[in-house]
Amino acid sequence: MDIVSTFFNIDVLVRYMPLLLEGLWRTIALGFLSIVLGLIGGLILAMGRLYGAGPIRFLVICYVDVFRAIPVLVWLVIVYYALPFLGIRLSPFASAATALTMISSAYTAEIYRAGIEAIPRGQFEAGQSIGLSTFDLMRDVILPQAIRIVVPPLTNNSINVMKDTALASVVAMPDLLKQATQAQALAANPTPLIGAAILYLILLLPLVRLVAVFEKRLGRSARR
Amino acid sequence: MAKTGESDPIIKMRGVTKRFGKFEALKSIDLEVAAGEVVVLLGPSGSGKSTLIRCINLLETYEDGDITVDGIRVEEGRALRQVREEVGMVFQAFNLFPNLTVLDNVALGPVRVRKMSWDAARKRARTLLERVGIGEQADKYPIQLSGGQQQRVGIARALAMEPHILLFDEPTSALDPEMVGEVLDVIRGLVDGGTTMLLVTHEMGFARKIADRIVFMEAGEIKEIADPDTFFTNPSSERARAFLDAVLNH
Repeated sequence: MDIVSTFFNIDVLVRYMPLLLEGLWRTIALGFLSIVLGLIGGLILAMGRLYGAGPIRFLVICYVDVFRAIPVLVWLVIVYYALPFLGIRLSPFASAATALTMISSAYTAEIYRAGIEAIPRGQFEAGQSIGLSTFDLMRDVILPQAIRIVVPPLTNNSINVMKDTALASVVAMPDLLKQATQAQALAANPTPLIGAAILYLILLLPLVRLVAVFEKRLGRSARR
Repeated sequence: MAKTGESDPIIKMRGVTKRFGKFEALKSIDLEVAAGEVVVLLGPSGSGKSTLIRCINLLETYEDGDITVDGIRVEEGRALRQVREEVGMVFQAFNLFPNLTVLDNVALGPVRVRKMSWDAARKRARTLLERVGIGEQADKYPIQLSGGQQQRVGIARALAMEPHILLFDEPTSALDPEMVGEVLDVIRGLVDGGTTMLLVTHEMGFARKIADRIVFMEAGEIKEIADPDTFFTNPSSERARAFLDAVLNH
């Protein structure tokens, strides 16, 4: 038993690759959906936090604090195993998407808020002085400037969400990790696990690099 | 809204008091400005001049008293946008929108607030930019312009809303000395256009030339209101005399 035939067994890898790829697509679908919904949810929360009436602001702060404090895995298990007692029964995919979106929204809300608060007060005042409504002020003036600031941290958060999709294997969702552990059991060989790890890297390494590029570009324009 | 008559002041401030915590930035200010009048506010820094004009479009809230613009009470609520449509403002730090071209900086207000089409608004914006002498900069971004040019865009942006009242909050204080003149020239060109103007400035010679009235402030109070010749040659208050000595004799 040498290392190559144990961990990098090409025969095993080829045999189980379709299984892994099937899991990979599910991982990408789950990650992508949760990221997009989290970006939208976070923006709504950030607006509520910054411009909502007192009670709304309070509720948003509670939400954001709670969902940044709770471990993703704990919340996922609650959504999948505890909600059915209330009559809410979600599929593994829906449970995972719900849990990831709710937690991602809390993080992106804080990122948007920081981005909006980084825009100088004079920009708000200039917009108000020409009579812009809050909506127009946000759409035409504040958000286009804030986006540049928040793209790197939002990308970072998206990477985290994509990685957290692996937790969905706990609620029996056949994502990349689940498929890999299954293949490993069937083949009695750990090569599929290594294959899965490599697929995660192929998916996420470019995004990690992208954040570095964004940050460099932002730093340059800030110095201009 | 009732149409205001000739004699009816376009801006009325009564007992306006503004506090920052315990500090009173404005102490029961009474001031009336007639339509078409040019009023220059002078006084040492921290005397409340900027705070006063910023209350007129409610960029600064006030705790007591009231302000009406064209008969509309200036307060949070539906009428506030109506006030802001009528009151243009030029800022010390320009506050241009860096994400928009110079042309769109000027066109944005008419498009969003007056519901004009982008085409029509941009056409008008070009005319306004030519009027302030920077027509050829229209397609650049604010960051590519000099300070003096940026401030002229700021003026064009305010003019685009066709305001009845223009507020200038130290419009030349952030400029390099060689650019002050070009901006003052543009402001001078607006006098006699019938627009009511309130101007906070430290340019004494300019103030004397364009003002119909000088309002002198200190420590949050109006200490003296006079026509410019009287104010600069024979101010009635001791405070104003001391201020003029300090700024003119150096």
